[in-house]
Amino acid sequence: MNEPKTFEVGPGDDARKAPVRVVVVQAEERPAVDAADEPMVMTVPHLLLRELIAFLVISLVLVALALTANAPLEEIANPARTPNPAKAPWYFLGLQELLHYYPPVISGVLLPGLLVVALVVIPYVRINLERPPLAPARRTRALVILWATLTTLVLVSYFTGSQPVWPFIGTLLVVGAGMSVGIAGRSPGRVVSWLRGRSIAFWIFSWFLLTATVLTVIGIFFRGPGWSFTLPWRDGIYY
Amino acid sequence: MRDLVKRLTGTAFYRSIFRHGFADTNRNRSLAVFTNFFLHIHAVKVRRRAIAFRRTGYLGGLSAACFFILLVTGILLMFYYRPSVPEAYHDMKDLQFVVSAGVFLRNLHRWSAHAMVALVLAHMAVTFFRGAYRPPREFNWVIGVFLMLATVLLSYTGYLLPWDQLAYWAVTVGTNMAEAAPIVGAKLKLLLLGGHTINAAALLRFYVLHCVLLPFWLVLGLCVHIWRVRKDGGIYLPPPAPSAATDEDQA
Repeated sequence: MNEPKTFEVGPGDDARKAPVRVVVVQAEERPAVDAADEPMVMTVPHLLLRELIAFLVISLVLVALALTANAPLEEIANPARTPNPAKAPWYFLGLQELLHYYPPVISGVLLPGLLVVALVVIPYVRINLERPPLAPARRTRALVILWATLTTLVLVSYFTGSQPVWPFIGTLLVVGAGMSVGIAGRSPGRVVSWLRGRSIAFWIFSWFLLTATVLTVIGIFFRGPGWSFTLPWRDGIYY
Repeated sequence: MRDLVKRLTGTAFYRSIFRHGFADTNRNRSLAVFTNFFLHIHAVKVRRRAIAFRRTGYLGGLSAACFFILLVTGILLMFYYRPSVPEAYHDMKDLQFVVSAGVFLRNLHRWSAHAMVALVLAHMAVTFFRGAYRPPREFNWVIGVFLMLATVLLSYTGYLLPWDQLAYWAVTVGTNMAEAAPIVGAKLKLLLLGGHTINAAALLRFYVLHCVLLPFWLVLGLCVHIWRVRKDGGIYLPPPAPSAATDEDQA
Protein backbone atom coordinates (compact mmCIF):
# COMPACT_ATOMS: atom_id res chain seq x y z
CA MET A 1 0.00 0.00 0.00
CA ASN A 2 2.66 2.51 -0.98
CA GLU A 3 0.51 4.12 -3.64
CA PRO A 4 -0.15 7.85 -3.22
CA LYS A 5 -3.41 8.59 -1.45
CA THR A 6 -6.28 9.58 -3.69
CA PHE A 7 -8.27 11.10 -0.83
CA GLU A 8 -7.60 13.74 1.80
CA VAL A 9 -7.62 13.11 5.52
CA GLY A 10 -8.49 15.95 7.87
CA PRO A 11 -11.34 18.13 9.06
CA GLY A 12 -13.85 19.10 6.36
CA ASP A 13 -14.88 22.63 5.38
CA ASP A 14 -17.94 22.31 7.55
CA ALA A 15 -15.95 21.15 10.58
CA ARG A 16 -17.83 23.53 12.87
CA LYS A 17 -21.19 22.01 11.99
CA ALA A 18 -20.04 18.40 11.75
CA PRO A 19 -16.86 18.17 13.80
CA VAL A 20 -16.54 14.39 13.75
CA ARG A 21 -15.80 12.84 10.38
CA VAL A 22 -14.41 9.34 10.34
CA VAL A 23 -13.38 7.74 7.08
CA VAL A 24 -12.65 4.03 6.91
CA VAL A 25 -10.87 3.00 3.74
CA GLN A 26 -10.55 -0.69 3.10
CA ALA A 27 -7.67 -2.23 1.22
CA GLU A 28 -9.75 -3.10 -1.81
CA GLU A 29 -10.57 -0.43 -4.34
CA ARG A 30 -13.58 1.72 -3.57
CA PRO A 31 -14.36 3.95 -6.53
CA ALA A 32 -16.55 6.28 -4.50
CA VAL A 33 -13.53 7.05 -2.32
CA ASP A 34 -11.17 7.32 -5.27
CA ALA A 35 -13.44 9.81 -7.00
CA ALA A 36 -11.87 13.22 -7.18
CA ASP A 37 -13.67 16.37 -6.20
CA GLU A 38 -15.31 17.27 -9.52
CA PRO A 39 -18.37 19.15 -10.75
CA MET A 40 -21.65 17.35 -10.01
CA VAL A 41 -25.16 17.97 -11.30
CA MET A 42 -28.57 16.96 -9.95
CA THR A 43 -30.01 13.78 -11.51
CA VAL A 44 -33.40 15.53 -11.71
CA PRO A 45 -33.57 17.28 -14.12
CA HIS A 46 -30.16 16.99 -15.87
CA LEU A 47 -29.79 13.21 -16.31
CA LEU A 48 -33.52 12.48 -16.44
CA LEU A 49 -34.07 15.00 -19.24
CA ARG A 50 -31.26 13.48 -21.31
CA GLU A 51 -32.67 9.99 -20.81
CA LEU A 52 -36.09 11.19 -21.91
CA ILE A 53 -34.72 12.87 -25.03
CA ALA A 54 -32.68 9.77 -25.94
CA PHE A 55 -35.76 7.58 -25.53
CA LEU A 56 -37.88 9.88 -27.68
CA VAL A 57 -35.23 10.10 -30.41
CA ILE A 58 -34.78 6.31 -30.71
CA SER A 59 -38.58 5.85 -30.63
CA LEU A 60 -39.03 8.34 -33.45
CA VAL A 61 -36.27 6.75 -35.54
CA LEU A 62 -37.76 3.27 -35.11
CA VAL A 63 -41.32 4.46 -35.78
CA ALA A 64 -40.14 6.19 -38.96
CA LEU A 65 -38.39 2.99 -40.00
CA ALA A 66 -41.48 0.89 -39.22
CA LEU A 67 -43.64 3.22 -41.31
CA THR A 68 -41.36 3.10 -44.35
CA ALA A 69 -39.84 -0.42 -44.41
CA ASN A 70 -41.84 -3.63 -44.10
CA ALA A 71 -40.63 -6.69 -42.19
CA PRO A 72 -40.07 -9.56 -44.63
CA LEU A 73 -42.72 -12.29 -44.85
CA GLU A 74 -42.21 -15.08 -47.35
CA GLU A 75 -44.45 -18.04 -48.14
CA ILE A 76 -45.32 -20.56 -45.43
CA ALA A 77 -42.49 -22.75 -44.13
CA ASN A 78 -41.92 -25.78 -46.33
CA PRO A 79 -39.42 -28.37 -45.02
CA ALA A 80 -39.36 -30.00 -48.45
CA ARG A 81 -38.01 -26.94 -50.28
CA THR A 82 -34.63 -25.60 -49.18
CA PRO A 83 -33.88 -22.08 -50.38
CA ASN A 84 -30.43 -21.54 -51.81
CA PRO A 85 -28.62 -20.03 -50.00
CA ALA A 86 -30.23 -20.59 -46.56
CA LYS A 87 -28.89 -17.79 -44.41
CA ALA A 88 -29.08 -17.34 -40.61
CA PRO A 89 -29.96 -13.92 -39.05
CA TRP A 90 -27.30 -11.28 -39.78
CA TYR A 91 -25.56 -11.51 -36.38
CA PHE A 92 -24.90 -15.23 -36.99
CA LEU A 93 -23.60 -14.81 -40.54
CA GLY A 94 -20.02 -14.42 -39.25
CA LEU A 95 -20.33 -17.88 -37.72
CA GLN A 96 -22.00 -19.24 -40.85
CA GLU A 97 -19.14 -17.83 -42.93
CA LEU A 98 -16.74 -19.59 -40.56
CA LEU A 99 -18.56 -22.86 -41.34
CA HIS A 100 -17.15 -22.46 -44.83
CA TYR A 101 -13.62 -22.98 -43.48
CA TYR A 102 -13.99 -25.26 -40.46
CA PRO A 103 -16.30 -28.16 -39.55
CA PRO A 104 -19.33 -27.26 -37.38
CA VAL A 105 -17.74 -28.59 -34.20
CA ILE A 106 -15.02 -25.92 -34.47
CA SER A 107 -16.83 -22.99 -36.08
CA GLY A 108 -20.22 -23.52 -34.42
CA VAL A 109 -19.23 -24.72 -30.94
CA LEU A 110 -15.53 -24.43 -30.08
CA LEU A 111 -14.74 -20.93 -31.37
CA PRO A 112 -17.97 -19.26 -30.11
CA GLY A 113 -17.54 -21.05 -26.77
CA LEU A 114 -13.95 -19.85 -26.51
CA LEU A 115 -15.13 -16.36 -27.38
CA VAL A 116 -17.67 -16.24 -24.53
CA VAL A 117 -15.08 -17.60 -22.08
CA ALA A 118 -12.56 -15.00 -23.28
CA LEU A 119 -15.08 -12.17 -22.86
CA VAL A 120 -15.88 -13.32 -19.31
CA VAL A 121 -12.27 -13.66 -18.14
CA ILE A 122 -10.90 -10.56 -19.88
CA PRO A 123 -11.35 -8.20 -16.87
CA TYR A 124 -9.80 -10.78 -14.50
CA VAL A 125 -6.55 -11.14 -16.42
CA ARG A 126 -4.53 -8.33 -14.95
CA ILE A 127 -1.50 -8.58 -17.20
CA ASN A 128 -0.57 -5.51 -19.09
CA LEU A 129 -3.74 -3.53 -18.54
CA GLU A 130 -1.86 -0.25 -18.75
CA ARG A 131 1.23 -0.72 -20.87
CA PRO A 132 4.40 1.12 -19.90
CA PRO A 133 6.54 2.02 -22.93
CA LEU A 134 9.13 -0.63 -23.60
CA ALA A 135 12.75 0.12 -22.85
CA PRO A 136 14.86 0.33 -26.09
CA ALA A 137 16.79 -2.84 -25.19
CA ARG A 138 13.63 -4.93 -25.01
CA ARG A 139 12.07 -3.69 -28.25
CA THR A 140 13.82 -6.27 -30.42
CA ARG A 141 12.81 -9.07 -28.08
CA ALA A 142 9.17 -7.91 -28.11
CA LEU A 143 9.16 -7.73 -31.92
CA VAL A 144 10.62 -11.25 -32.23
CA ILE A 145 8.03 -12.70 -29.84
CA LEU A 146 5.22 -10.83 -31.60
CA TRP A 147 6.11 -12.00 -35.10
CA ALA A 148 6.88 -15.57 -34.02
CA THR A 149 3.37 -15.73 -32.52
CA LEU A 150 1.76 -14.08 -35.54
CA THR A 151 3.58 -16.35 -38.02
CA THR A 152 2.40 -19.41 -36.08
CA LEU A 153 -1.20 -18.17 -36.09
CA VAL A 154 -1.06 -17.29 -39.80
CA LEU A 155 0.33 -20.75 -40.65
CA VAL A 156 -2.34 -22.42 -38.49
CA SER A 157 -5.06 -20.38 -40.26
CA TYR A 158 -3.54 -21.20 -43.64
CA PHE A 159 -3.30 -24.95 -43.26
CA THR A 160 -6.04 -26.07 -40.82
CA GLY A 161 -9.12 -24.83 -42.69
CA SER A 162 -10.67 -26.53 -45.69
CA GLN A 163 -9.14 -23.52 -47.49
CA PRO A 164 -6.88 -20.67 -46.27
CA VAL A 165 -8.82 -18.59 -43.72
CA TRP A 166 -8.07 -15.21 -45.30
CA PRO A 167 -10.40 -13.27 -42.93
CA PHE A 168 -8.15 -14.46 -40.06
CA ILE A 169 -4.83 -13.98 -41.87
CA GLY A 170 -5.62 -10.49 -43.15
CA THR A 171 -6.80 -9.16 -39.79
CA LEU A 172 -3.86 -10.79 -37.96
CA LEU A 173 -1.47 -8.92 -40.26
CA VAL A 174 -3.30 -5.61 -39.79
CA VAL A 175 -3.20 -5.94 -35.99
CA GLY A 176 0.41 -7.13 -36.12
CA ALA A 177 1.37 -4.04 -38.12
CA GLY A 178 -0.32 -1.79 -35.56
CA MET A 179 1.43 -3.52 -32.66
CA SER A 180 4.81 -3.34 -34.42
CA VAL A 181 4.49 0.41 -34.93
CA GLY A 182 3.56 0.70 -31.26
CA ILE A 183 6.63 -1.28 -30.18
CA ALA A 184 9.26 0.03 -32.61
CA GLY A 185 7.97 3.47 -33.58
CA ARG A 186 10.22 6.28 -32.36
CA SER A 187 8.54 9.35 -33.77
CA PRO A 188 6.85 11.51 -31.10
CA GLY A 189 3.76 11.89 -33.32
CA ARG A 190 0.29 11.46 -31.87
CA VAL A 191 -0.55 8.27 -33.80
CA VAL A 192 2.62 6.46 -32.80
CA SER A 193 2.40 7.45 -29.15
CA TRP A 194 -1.27 6.41 -29.09
CA LEU A 195 -0.38 2.99 -30.56
CA ARG A 196 2.46 2.70 -28.04
CA GLY A 197 0.05 3.11 -25.13
CA ARG A 198 -2.33 0.27 -26.13
CA SER A 199 -2.47 -2.85 -23.97
CA ILE A 200 -2.36 -6.49 -25.11
CA ALA A 201 -6.06 -6.80 -24.16
CA PHE A 202 -6.83 -3.90 -26.52
CA TRP A 203 -5.09 -5.62 -29.44
CA ILE A 204 -6.78 -8.99 -28.83
CA PHE A 205 -10.23 -7.40 -28.58
CA SER A 206 -9.58 -5.24 -31.66
CA TRP A 207 -8.55 -8.32 -33.62
CA PHE A 208 -11.71 -10.14 -32.55
CA LEU A 209 -13.93 -7.18 -33.44
CA LEU A 210 -12.23 -6.66 -36.81
CA THR A 211 -12.42 -10.36 -37.70
CA ALA A 212 -16.06 -10.68 -36.61
CA THR A 213 -16.95 -7.62 -38.71
CA VAL A 214 -15.09 -8.89 -41.78
CA LEU A 215 -16.68 -12.38 -41.52
CA THR A 216 -20.17 -10.91 -41.01
CA VAL A 217 -19.84 -8.48 -43.92
CA ILE A 218 -18.66 -11.31 -46.20
CA GLY A 219 -21.53 -13.51 -44.98
CA ILE A 220 -24.17 -10.83 -45.55
CA PHE A 221 -23.04 -9.28 -48.84
CA PHE A 222 -20.62 -11.58 -50.62
CA ARG A 223 -22.22 -15.03 -50.39
CA GLY A 224 -24.73 -16.43 -52.86
CA PRO A 225 -26.14 -19.83 -53.94
CA GLY A 226 -24.12 -22.74 -52.58
CA TRP A 227 -22.22 -20.21 -50.42
CA SER A 228 -20.29 -19.18 -53.51
CA PHE A 229 -18.53 -15.81 -53.62
CA THR A 230 -20.68 -13.11 -55.23
CA LEU A 231 -20.38 -9.38 -55.69
CA PRO A 232 -23.36 -7.47 -54.23
CA TRP A 233 -23.21 -4.69 -56.86
CA ARG A 234 -23.27 -7.28 -59.66
CA ASP A 235 -25.58 -10.05 -58.37
CA GLY A 236 -27.51 -8.31 -55.57
CA ILE A 237 -27.68 -9.37 -51.93
CA TYR A 238 -28.85 -12.90 -51.12
CA TYR A 239 -30.66 -13.57 -47.85
CA MET B 1 -48.81 28.21 -15.39
CA ARG B 2 -46.07 27.79 -12.86
CA ASP B 3 -48.47 28.78 -10.09
CA LEU B 4 -51.00 26.22 -11.29
CA VAL B 5 -48.39 23.45 -11.30
CA LYS B 6 -47.26 24.53 -7.83
CA ARG B 7 -50.84 24.47 -6.56
CA LEU B 8 -51.46 21.01 -8.06
CA THR B 9 -48.26 19.59 -6.60
CA GLY B 10 -49.38 20.89 -3.21
CA THR B 11 -52.67 18.95 -3.10
CA ALA B 12 -53.14 16.13 -0.62
CA PHE B 13 -53.67 13.63 -3.46
CA TYR B 14 -50.40 14.55 -5.21
CA ARG B 15 -48.55 14.49 -1.89
CA SER B 16 -49.92 11.02 -1.16
CA ILE B 17 -48.16 9.76 -4.32
CA PHE B 18 -45.04 11.94 -4.40
CA ARG B 19 -44.04 12.93 -0.91
CA HIS B 20 -42.30 16.11 -1.97
CA GLY B 21 -43.15 19.40 -3.65
CA PHE B 22 -42.42 20.66 -7.17
CA ALA B 23 -38.83 19.82 -8.14
CA ASP B 24 -37.52 23.38 -8.21
CA THR B 25 -35.24 23.21 -5.20
CA ASN B 26 -32.27 20.89 -4.75
CA ARG B 27 -33.98 19.35 -1.73
CA ASN B 28 -37.08 18.45 -3.74
CA ARG B 29 -34.93 17.27 -6.66
CA SER B 30 -33.10 14.92 -4.30
CA LEU B 31 -36.39 13.66 -2.87
CA ALA B 32 -37.68 13.14 -6.44
CA VAL B 33 -34.93 10.57 -6.96
CA PHE B 34 -34.74 8.71 -3.71
CA THR B 35 -38.43 8.58 -2.86
CA ASN B 36 -39.26 7.23 -6.34
CA PHE B 37 -39.23 3.48 -6.95
CA PHE B 38 -38.31 3.87 -10.61
CA LEU B 39 -35.72 6.61 -10.21
CA HIS B 40 -33.87 5.11 -7.26
CA ILE B 41 -31.60 3.24 -9.69
CA HIS B 42 -29.91 6.62 -10.04
CA ALA B 43 -27.81 8.50 -7.53
CA VAL B 44 -29.20 11.87 -6.48
CA LYS B 45 -26.22 13.62 -8.02
CA VAL B 46 -24.03 12.54 -10.92
CA ARG B 47 -20.71 13.80 -12.14
CA ARG B 48 -21.16 16.33 -14.92
CA ARG B 49 -18.72 14.51 -17.19
CA ALA B 50 -20.69 11.26 -16.85
CA ILE B 51 -23.82 12.48 -18.61
CA ALA B 52 -22.11 13.91 -21.71
CA PHE B 53 -23.41 12.21 -24.87
CA ARG B 54 -19.99 11.92 -26.49
CA ARG B 55 -18.63 9.86 -23.58
CA THR B 56 -20.96 6.86 -23.92
CA GLY B 57 -23.21 7.59 -26.90
CA TYR B 58 -25.97 6.56 -24.45
CA LEU B 59 -25.68 3.11 -26.04
CA GLY B 60 -26.68 1.20 -22.90
CA GLY B 61 -29.68 3.42 -22.33
CA LEU B 62 -30.71 3.19 -25.98
CA SER B 63 -30.50 -0.62 -25.81
CA ALA B 64 -32.79 -0.53 -22.78
CA ALA B 65 -35.14 1.83 -24.66
CA CYS B 66 -35.30 -0.67 -27.54
CA PHE B 67 -36.07 -3.42 -25.04
CA PHE B 68 -38.93 -1.36 -23.61
CA ILE B 69 -40.40 -0.83 -27.11
CA LEU B 70 -39.98 -4.57 -27.75
CA LEU B 71 -41.84 -5.45 -24.54
CA VAL B 72 -44.78 -3.20 -25.45
CA THR B 73 -45.05 -4.25 -29.10
CA GLY B 74 -44.35 -7.89 -28.19
CA ILE B 75 -47.20 -8.04 -25.68
CA LEU B 76 -49.55 -6.47 -28.25
CA LEU B 77 -48.45 -9.01 -30.88
CA MET B 78 -49.12 -11.86 -28.44
CA PHE B 79 -52.84 -10.95 -28.57
CA TYR B 80 -52.90 -11.93 -32.26
CA TYR B 81 -50.52 -14.88 -32.36
CA ARG B 82 -51.00 -18.64 -31.88
CA PRO B 83 -47.78 -20.68 -31.65
CA SER B 84 -48.96 -23.65 -33.70
CA VAL B 85 -48.64 -24.91 -37.28
CA PRO B 86 -50.05 -23.56 -39.57
CA GLU B 87 -52.01 -20.97 -37.48
CA ALA B 88 -48.80 -19.02 -36.75
CA TYR B 89 -48.33 -18.18 -40.41
CA HIS B 90 -52.04 -17.38 -40.89
CA ASP B 91 -51.83 -14.97 -37.95
CA MET B 92 -48.94 -13.24 -39.74
CA LYS B 93 -51.21 -12.83 -42.76
CA ASP B 94 -53.98 -11.51 -40.48
CA LEU B 95 -51.54 -8.98 -39.03
CA GLN B 96 -50.73 -7.95 -42.58
CA PHE B 97 -54.28 -7.64 -43.94
CA VAL B 98 -56.86 -7.71 -41.11
CA VAL B 99 -55.52 -6.27 -37.85
CA SER B 100 -55.54 -2.45 -37.58
CA ALA B 101 -51.92 -1.23 -37.70
CA GLY B 102 -50.82 -4.87 -37.63
CA VAL B 103 -48.11 -4.27 -40.22
CA PHE B 104 -46.81 -1.29 -38.25
CA LEU B 105 -46.78 -3.31 -35.03
CA ARG B 106 -44.80 -6.14 -36.57
CA ASN B 107 -42.41 -3.76 -38.35
CA LEU B 108 -41.71 -1.84 -35.14
CA HIS B 109 -41.05 -5.08 -33.24
CA ARG B 110 -38.73 -6.42 -35.92
CA TRP B 111 -36.68 -3.25 -36.48
CA SER B 112 -36.39 -2.62 -32.74
CA ALA B 113 -35.05 -6.15 -32.33
CA HIS B 114 -32.37 -5.64 -34.97
CA ALA B 115 -31.55 -2.22 -33.51
CA MET B 116 -31.23 -3.71 -30.02
CA VAL B 117 -28.76 -6.39 -31.13
CA ALA B 118 -26.66 -3.77 -32.93
CA LEU B 119 -26.80 -1.30 -30.01
CA VAL B 120 -25.88 -3.97 -27.46
CA LEU B 121 -22.85 -5.03 -29.53
CA ALA B 122 -21.84 -1.36 -29.93
CA HIS B 123 -22.31 -0.82 -26.17
CA MET B 124 -19.98 -3.72 -25.47
CA ALA B 125 -17.32 -2.43 -27.86
CA VAL B 126 -17.43 1.12 -26.42
CA THR B 127 -17.33 -0.24 -22.85
CA PHE B 128 -14.23 -2.21 -23.75
CA PHE B 129 -12.39 0.55 -25.59
CA ARG B 130 -13.09 3.05 -22.79
CA GLY B 131 -11.53 0.58 -20.35
CA ALA B 132 -14.73 0.51 -18.29
CA TYR B 133 -14.60 -3.31 -17.92
CA ARG B 134 -11.61 -3.13 -15.59
CA PRO B 135 -11.84 -3.55 -11.81
CA PRO B 136 -13.92 -2.65 -9.86
CA ARG B 137 -16.49 -3.06 -12.65
CA GLU B 138 -15.32 -6.50 -13.79
CA PHE B 139 -18.39 -8.39 -12.58
CA ASN B 140 -20.75 -5.93 -14.23
CA TRP B 141 -18.93 -6.65 -17.50
CA VAL B 142 -19.60 -10.38 -16.95
CA ILE B 143 -23.31 -9.65 -16.38
CA GLY B 144 -23.20 -7.59 -19.57
CA VAL B 145 -21.78 -10.53 -21.55
CA PHE B 146 -24.69 -12.71 -20.41
CA LEU B 147 -27.16 -9.92 -21.24
CA MET B 148 -25.69 -9.80 -24.73
CA LEU B 149 -26.18 -13.57 -25.07
CA ALA B 150 -29.79 -13.19 -23.87
CA THR B 151 -30.35 -10.45 -26.46
CA VAL B 152 -29.00 -12.54 -29.33
CA LEU B 153 -30.99 -15.61 -28.20
CA LEU B 154 -34.16 -13.54 -27.88
CA SER B 155 -33.74 -12.25 -31.40
CA TYR B 156 -32.93 -15.74 -32.68
CA THR B 157 -35.93 -17.46 -31.01
CA GLY B 158 -38.18 -14.68 -32.31
CA TYR B 159 -36.90 -15.32 -35.82
CA LEU B 160 -38.78 -18.66 -36.05
CA LEU B 161 -42.16 -17.38 -34.91
CA PRO B 162 -43.54 -16.04 -38.27
CA TRP B 163 -43.19 -19.63 -39.59
CA ASP B 164 -42.34 -18.56 -43.13
CA GLN B 165 -39.55 -19.90 -45.34
CA LEU B 166 -37.06 -17.27 -44.10
CA ALA B 167 -37.78 -18.12 -40.43
CA TYR B 168 -37.71 -21.87 -40.94
CA TRP B 169 -34.41 -22.13 -42.79
CA ALA B 170 -32.56 -19.46 -40.82
CA VAL B 171 -33.32 -21.35 -37.63
CA THR B 172 -32.42 -24.66 -39.29
CA VAL B 173 -28.91 -23.33 -39.96
CA GLY B 174 -28.52 -22.36 -36.28
CA THR B 175 -29.82 -25.60 -34.77
CA ASN B 176 -27.60 -27.64 -37.08
CA MET B 177 -24.64 -25.80 -35.56
CA ALA B 178 -25.82 -26.62 -32.02
CA GLU B 179 -26.03 -30.28 -33.04
CA ALA B 180 -22.31 -30.30 -33.77
CA ALA B 181 -21.43 -29.86 -30.08
CA PRO B 182 -19.50 -32.93 -28.87
CA ILE B 183 -21.37 -35.43 -26.62
CA VAL B 184 -24.31 -33.13 -25.72
CA GLY B 185 -25.01 -31.86 -29.26
CA ALA B 186 -27.73 -34.28 -30.31
CA LYS B 187 -29.42 -34.11 -26.90
CA LEU B 188 -29.23 -30.31 -26.96
CA LYS B 189 -30.94 -30.19 -30.33
CA LEU B 190 -33.63 -32.61 -29.11
CA LEU B 191 -34.20 -30.45 -26.02
CA LEU B 192 -34.39 -27.26 -28.06
CA LEU B 193 -36.66 -28.58 -30.80
CA GLY B 194 -38.70 -31.21 -28.97
CA GLY B 195 -38.03 -33.48 -31.95
CA HIS B 196 -35.48 -34.23 -34.61
CA THR B 197 -36.66 -31.60 -37.08
CA ILE B 198 -38.21 -28.15 -36.69
CA ASN B 199 -41.96 -28.69 -36.38
CA ALA B 200 -44.91 -27.66 -34.21
CA ALA B 201 -43.15 -28.74 -30.99
CA ALA B 202 -40.11 -26.60 -31.83
CA LEU B 203 -42.34 -23.60 -32.56
CA LEU B 204 -44.00 -23.91 -29.15
CA ARG B 205 -40.65 -24.23 -27.38
CA PHE B 206 -39.20 -21.21 -29.17
CA TYR B 207 -42.37 -19.28 -28.34
CA VAL B 208 -42.07 -20.02 -24.61
CA LEU B 209 -38.36 -19.22 -24.65
CA HIS B 210 -39.02 -16.00 -26.54
CA CYS B 211 -41.98 -14.75 -24.51
CA VAL B 212 -41.27 -16.03 -21.00
CA LEU B 213 -37.90 -17.52 -20.16
CA LEU B 214 -35.47 -15.24 -22.01
CA PRO B 215 -37.30 -11.96 -21.19
CA PHE B 216 -37.29 -13.00 -17.53
CA TRP B 217 -33.55 -13.67 -17.73
CA LEU B 218 -32.97 -10.32 -19.46
CA VAL B 219 -35.10 -8.24 -17.08
CA LEU B 220 -33.45 -9.81 -14.04
CA GLY B 221 -29.97 -9.33 -15.47
CA LEU B 222 -30.76 -5.78 -16.57
CA CYS B 223 -31.90 -4.80 -13.05
CA VAL B 224 -28.66 -6.13 -11.54
CA HIS B 225 -26.62 -4.54 -14.35
CA ILE B 226 -28.05 -1.04 -13.77
CA TRP B 227 -27.94 -1.38 -9.98
CA ARG B 228 -24.28 -2.42 -10.17
CA VAL B 229 -23.41 0.70 -12.19
CA ARG B 230 -24.43 2.75 -9.18
CA LYS B 231 -22.86 0.44 -6.61
CA ASP B 232 -19.54 0.42 -8.49
CA GLY B 233 -19.30 4.21 -8.25
CA GLY B 234 -21.19 5.36 -11.35
CA ILE B 235 -20.08 4.87 -14.93
CA TYR B 236 -16.35 4.71 -15.56
CA LEU B 237 -14.64 8.03 -16.15
CA PRO B 238 -10.93 8.44 -16.77
CA PRO B 239 -9.27 10.33 -13.91
CA PRO B 240 -9.63 14.06 -14.55
CA ALA B 241 -6.51 15.90 -15.66
CA PRO B 242 -5.20 17.62 -12.49
CA SER B 243 -4.63 21.00 -14.14
CA ALA B 244 -8.14 21.13 -15.64
CA ALA B 245 -9.69 20.36 -12.24
CA THR B 246 -7.88 23.20 -10.50
CA ASP B 247 -8.86 25.59 -13.28
CA GLU B 248 -12.50 24.81 -12.72
CA ASP B 249 -12.10 25.13 -8.97
CA GLN B 250 -10.66 28.60 -9.37
CA ALA B 251 -13.42 29.57 -11.75
